[in-house]
Parts: sequence; C-alpha cells; structure tokens
Amino acid sequence: MKIIIVGDGKVGYSLAENLSKENHDVTVIDKNPEALRKASEYLDVMCLRGNGVSAKTLIEAGVKEADILIAVTSSDERNMVCCLAGKKLGAAHTIARIRDPEYADDLSILRDELEIDLAINPEQAVAQEIARLLKFPSAIDVEFFARGRVELVEIKATPGMPAINMRLMDVFSRFSPDVLIGAVQRGDDVYIPNGSFVIRENDSLYILGKPASVYNFCRQMGKFNQKIKNIMIVGGGRIAYYLAKTLKYYDMKVKIIEENMDRCLELSELLPEALIIKGDGTDEALLRSENLSDMDAFVSLTGHDEANLLAALLAKQCNVSKVIAKITRISYPLIIKNMGIDSLVDPKVITSNYIVRYVRGLKNIQGNSVENLYRIVGGQAEAIEFTVRTNSMYLNTPLKNLTLADEALVAVIVRNNEVIIPHGDDVIKLGDRIIIITKNRQISDFNEIVLSGGK
Amino acid sequence: MNIRMILKILGFLLVIEAACMLPCLLVSLIYKEHDFIAFAITIAVLLTAGVSLYSIRAKNTNLYSRDGVAIVSMGWIIISLSGSLPFILSGAIPSFADAFFECVSGFTTTGSSILREIESLPKGILFWRNFTNWLGGMGVLVLTLAILPRAGATTFQIMKAESPGPNPDKLVPRMAQTAQILYSIYLGMTVVLIVLLIIAGMPVYDSLVHAFGAAGTGGFSSRNLSVGAYNNIFAEVIITVFMFLFGVNFTLYYYALKGNIKSLFKDEEFRFYAGIVIISIILITVNLTGPVYGSIGESLRHASFQVSSVITTTGYSTYDFNLWPTFSKAILVLLMFIGASAGSTGGGIKCIRVLVLLKTVRREMKKVLHPRSVNTVQVSGRNLDDGVMSGVTSYFYAFFLVFVVSILLISLDGKDLITTFTSVVATISNIGPGLGSVGPMGNFAEFSDFSKFVLSFTMLFGRLEIFPMMLLFTPSFWRRANI
Repeated sequence: MKIIIVGDGKVGYSLAENLSKENHDVTVIDKNPEALRKASEYLDVMCLRGNGVSAKTLIEAGVKEADILIAVTSSDERNMVCCLAGKKLGAAHTIARIRDPEYADDLSILRDELEIDLAINPEQAVAQEIARLLKFPSAIDVEFFARGRVELVEIKATPGMPAINMRLMDVFSRFSPDVLIGAVQRGDDVYIPNGSFVIRENDSLYILGKPASVYNFCRQMGKFNQKIKNIMIVGGGRIAYYLAKTLKYYDMKVKIIEENMDRCLELSELLPEALIIKGDGTDEALLRSENLSDMDAFVSLTGHDEANLLAALLAKQCNVSKVIAKITRISYPLIIKNMGIDSLVDPKVITSNYIVRYVRGLKNIQGNSVENLYRIVGGQAEAIEFTVRTNSMYLNTPLKNLTLADEALVAVIVRNNEVIIPHGDDVIKLGDRIIIITKNRQISDFNEIVLSGGK
Repeated sequence: MNIRMILKILGFLLVIEAACMLPCLLVSLIYKEHDFIAFAITIAVLLTAGVSLYSIRAKNTNLYSRDGVAIVSMGWIIISLSGSLPFILSGAIPSFADAFFECVSGFTTTGSSILREIESLPKGILFWRNFTNWLGGMGVLVLTLAILPRAGATTFQIMKAESPGPNPDKLVPRMAQTAQILYSIYLGMTVVLIVLLIIAGMPVYDSLVHAFGAAGTGGFSSRNLSVGAYNNIFAEVIITVFMFLFGVNFTLYYYALKGNIKSLFKDEEFRFYAGIVIISIILITVNLTGPVYGSIGESLRHASFQVSSVITTTGYSTYDFNLWPTFSKAILVLLMFIGASAGSTGGGIKCIRVLVLLKTVRREMKKVLHPRSVNTVQVSGRNLDDGVMSGVTSYFYAFFLVFVVSILLISLDGKDLITTFTSVVATISNIGPGLGSVGPMGNFAEFSDFSKFVLSFTMLFGRLEIFPMMLLFTPSFWRRANI
C-alpha cells in the first residue's frame, strides 16, 4: 500500500521502519532536514522536506493515490488539519495522533466530521498497556489473539520453577496439556521449540493458550500467586491519569506521587478515589515513608527515563513484586532487561504498534488472508493469525505427518469458536482460523510453512 | 565494514556483467568471427567467480555509507578489469594497460581510445566496447539494484555513491523500483534512438553501436572518423538531439511521463543547461562562418553537433575541431568542464554545481555590499541547505586537486601542454577526445603505460565524482575500526 507519514519524529520513524519492512511504499514528510536524513539513510522510504499541512507538499508526496495518510507531528491541530486536507485530496484512509485529553471526548465528532479513520491517543494506549500488564503481574508481556480468546503470556523461568530442565513434552503431559510454549528466548537467541526442547533457568517462555489454561499453567509454575491490589505511580502526567481511571474498574487502589502542586490539585479533582501525594518521586525517603515495600506494584511514569529507571530499581530492591517503568528515549532493551525491572513500556513503540496493526487490518481488506501479525520477543519472531481459505493437500492431515519448516509452529486452531491447542493428531480444516509462530518470515498461507507430507 | 555483504553484491555484479556479454557473444556468432571464444571464456570465468561470491552467506545484511562507497569503487574497478578480458583474449588489444584503459573508458562513458585503427576489429568486440558505454551511462550498480533480489533499505548508499550529482533523489519510495524506472526510461529512449537511426539510413549494426555510445554519452564509434564517417545529415541531427536529451536529469522525464511536463521547463538546471547549449551554438556558428565553412547552415550543423557532443561529455565528432579557430576551441574546453545535468548519463562537474557556485558567488557579492544581509540560495524555488552547498564547493576543490595531480603525472610523458591539459580534461570529465594529438582524429595510443593507468583512474575519479575513489586510496578507509 502507498502510505504517507507526516512527521518524522520518534513515532514517525518507527512507523516508517515497520511499514517499509512490511513492503509498503512509504513517503515521509517533515520540515526538518536533520530528522529526514536518518530516515533516508537507514530506511527504504522516500523523504520529502516540506510542511505536511500544505496541499502542495501532500500532492507532491502522491496523496492522490495514497491508501493511508498518517499524521504524527507534535501538534494535535496540525495532525487534524493534515488528515482533513489529505482526505479531501484523495487519501483513502487517515490516521491522526491526538493526545490532548480535551479532544478525547470529541473523538466521535472527529471521526465523523473530519473523517479521521483512526485517532490514537498515545498516553491512553500506554495506560491500557500498563493496565493489562498489572492484570497479569508475573507475566513480562501479554498479547491477545483470536479476538481475546487466546492469550500469549511471557514469563521468566526463575530458579525453582518446576519445569526447569524438563523436556517440553514432559512438561505438558505432567502439568497441563492445554497450553503450548510458542517461543523461548535464551540470551540473545530465540528458539521456536519442539517437544524435545529442554527449558533452562532464565529462559523467557512465551506461553499460549486459553486465558484460564494459561493462568492455571502459570500458577503451577509458581507464578500469579498473588493478586495486585495496591499500586504506586510516580509522575502524575496524562498516562498516570488514564491509568488510574482504568485501574478503578479493576478494583485496584492507586497512590500517585507528583511534584507539581497545581497538577496534584488537578488530579485530586479528577481522581477522587486516588491518593495524591505531592513530592519528588525519586526521593528514597519519601518513597519509603509512603510504604513502598508494602506495594504490590510500582509504576514510574515521570518525564525522565533515568529517574524512571532508578525509581524502578529502588522499588525492586524493596521487593515490590511488579515493577513497570516508562522509557521514551533510551533503547538498550537487553541491558535494561538484565536490571531486573519486570516490564518496560515505550509510548513510541506502543503507538506505532497500534497503528501498524490498524494498517495490517486495512491491508487484509485488500485480499490478503493474514488477519493479525504480532511481532513478539522484541521483534525477533512473529505470531501470524489467519483463516485457511485455500484448499491444499496438507489440510485434513494429522500434523504429526507433516514436516513443517524449521522455526515455524502451528500454535492455535480456532474452529467454530472452539480453541484447540494442537497436538500431533489434530488436523487443520478449511475455514479454520490458525495462529502460526515463526521467525521473521513473511507468511500468508498455511502451505508456505509445510515442507513435505500430506496425502 | 561488512565484507561478506560487499563480496556478495560484487559477486552479483559479476553475474550481471556476464549476462551483459551474452549479446556480444551472439553478435560475434552472427558475424562468424573468432572472438566468440574470448567471450565464452570470459563469461565462464565471470559466472564461476560471481556465483561463488554471491553464495556467501551474510548474517548481517546492513550496509552503511562506508560499505556503499566500497561496493561502488571496488565494483567499478572489478568490472573494468574483468571487462577488459575479451579485448585481451581475442587479441584485439593485446596489452593489459591498453585493454584496461579502453574498458575503463567504456564503462566511465569517456570514449577515449588507444586504438589507432578501429574498423578492422571484430564486430563482437566493438559491440562490447560500446555496450560498456551504455551500461556505464546509467550505472552498472543502479542496474544491479534494479535486479538484486531484496534490495534492502541501506542500498540507497550505493545509489548515492554512484549516481551523478550532488543530491540524488528517489523517484518512488522503493529503491529497487526507482532503479527500475530509471532503467526503463533509459532503455525506452535508446530503443527510439536505434529505430530513428535505422530509418535515417544507418546500417543496423552501426545504429545499435552508435545508439549505445550516444545514450551512455560515451562516444565510442565503430568508425575511425566517428559519426562524421557517414556524412549523413539526418543521422547527425538525430544524434545531436538525443545526446542533448541524454544529458538531462532523468527525474524530469519521470515527472514528464507522469503528466507534469511543465516541471521540465520550470527546472532551473534544465534551463541553465539548455541556455548554455544555445548560446554556445550561436557563438561557435558565428565564429566558424567564413574562415572554416562557407555557409551558415554548414557551420550550424557542425557547431550544434559538437556543442551537444561536448557538453553532454559524449565525444562524438563530425569534423576535426582541432582545426577550428581558438575562440571556438576555448568554448568547447569550457563546456568540457561544465558537463551535463545531475542525474543524467553525462559527466563533468554538472550544470547544477556550476549553477550553485554562481549563485554562491552572487550571494557573496551581495554580502560585500550589505554585510548584514541574510540570503538563502534557492534552486528551482527550493532552499539549498548548507550541507549541499558546502558539498558543492568541496567537490569543486577535490575535482581540481585530482585534475592538477593528474596533469603533473601526465606531463612526465613530455607531450605539449595542450595535449597534456586536454587529455586530463577529456578523461576526468568523461568526454573522450581533447585537443592537440588527443583531438577527435587522434588517440591516446602515444602515451606511456604509466600515463594510461593514471588516465584510467582519472576517468574513474570523474565518473564516480571523486570522493568514492579518493576514499579507496585513504588508509583509514580500510581500517577495521574506522576512526
């Protein structure tokens, strides 16, 4: 598809990178030549210097034939005008980043009157992501497939976990046959495991299955024992506001530490249930006096990455079981992962993933059978969800009789609303929705991963 | 440096070169000449080397600017070395220095020759000689990018290093597609030229060969007297027009094909280029009428052909302009420096750079009068950022640095000053003939082997716009940790 991205900031760049990798024709518009230089040097995209609101620039970028226009400049208003102009000039779909909460209530008007097809609020998206992580405290990462009926949870094989040094087939037969380990990350390497794979200490396991089964399995592995009730949030920005509002529905109690008095007052008005404390969130004495060590979870959301990381480390030292930190600039995922912080959220990544998913959805309408594609394990593997529409000789054949490509795995079959975690004797039928886990390969049909076998 | 990936792409380049020799093999079979053995051997050698290099597994596929530069500069040397094999093996040009010179001259679209006698050579060899002109015109690596499977993001570095002009642009978001579009336009225009030449009455083989020479703005001919040998006024006019067209930025053709023909005439570089051509033709015509040719018509015919040939750095000739008055020759030498437009198949300093330099000079003059004035330099209504401007000035210095060093090295041969000077101009700007004994009716055979190698590299410096080749001779470029 032809995609125009206006605004080559953090999100714009990350979008351009992901979308061009998925073989879309991407044109990036920005006023700043410095920002464009990086994109033109490292990405296979076209860069155009100019004002994305001006019709001349948009036409030059080919808006008339564009399938999608994505406006992610720093200004909400500019994004709106850009989408409006783009739509009038012929772009088929428009996506705008609109972050001011004042506009949040107008989203339906925006959609109807400005014809913005998707308005994304990054802070809200981040808050939802954090809320999801808090619901599954021991998981490092959680994803949903098949409209929420299948869940992918990342947990760490900590010392003492019963499955360590066991082969996968033994793990499943002993504990739970209804889940599947879709991928394992060991150091820098990623494995798509088969039955004889042996779990080692410190592996990151990606467990897939129905929510209840996954939950049960994790319980047996010694995870998810305690439910999160008390949460401390450092930094009272927009994310904190959205997060507190969401957590209210989960029956969780929230304590927000914020330095700015005016903001504290504002928050106390907006969030009557929450406890608002004025103070420096990186001040150890304050955190301890607010009984940090009794908290079930700790979320640092200030505007400084370093402060967030340090506060998170402190919380980890006080034995808070779930620690989440927001990171916006620093991108050393491996180093930070080794620091012991449970989860990191990056608004840039979350926003761009959200948009990329929407774009994939649009692409599917154009006749491709892939319905969902998630990059998992830090982008090193993909979980691809699609419905089997083409007939082939590999259908209706037990999976054990098929030789699949290396590093590909049929993870889930959804047939008539029934979720099947496939084993050797299961077959795939026409019309099934299946999820395949694979390492960085572009797959859009089942046939493509079968090497041999069948009738 | 990502050595594995560089070798892999170079391997692919050799395979493409082998494929490009197939038509030559065919020609030599059609004319039943002995040179097909030379092509067969070369193709076999290139395929073996190319396929084995291409099968190298590269774990890391990222290419950065340094890798792009290395691929381009080494690639050009390798294809020139391997491209000279048919000349040597067939016995057409037995000496290595001569064969290398001839092949570099072909790929860099220079068109300088060390051959005293062309017409007796086998047809297949001459076909290859001119086909190198055609390939070198748009760039062998651009062709590679158009064909290379999964030409990834970072291959833009390669295009940047090979494509002429200060600031190459993508036409469409995808690199591979951009390369394909450029080659389709190029191929289309060449085919039109071939057909027109055949209609004008040239033999088919000669039409092909001259169309390759003109399209790549190379200027190799299969005749000793170049295009003048045919004494065919229609063919001359056709070649004049097409040489001019191949000296225009191909991006403009792409926009014109998309329906935006106005952008062609709005483009300041195009107007500058066309203006220089028209003024030069008028001046030379006036200068020639009387002392050299009897009629204005005759003067116009030769003046327009020669101006078009020299400014696009093609180097075809219809008349020995060595015999023209000094004023006309001086204009031609100036045109040699200016060269064609950026993004065309021509060489030289490029119109856009001259234009930017002139505009910078004007700005500096304004600054003298109004020291506090703030001025931006604009080309075609777009601001030039300082990076491009300082790039243009440093290119200018580097060009003359190479130029001066080459003149010193060539002067060791003890030729007269005009010959020494214009032989370097003709090679660094990729034109072909100069003045004096390297004039249109002369050749480079008289030079020593050392000078031939120096000139070969001067041609490569000129074609790749100095810096990629210059870096190749810089020790720090080769260090593992480049600091």
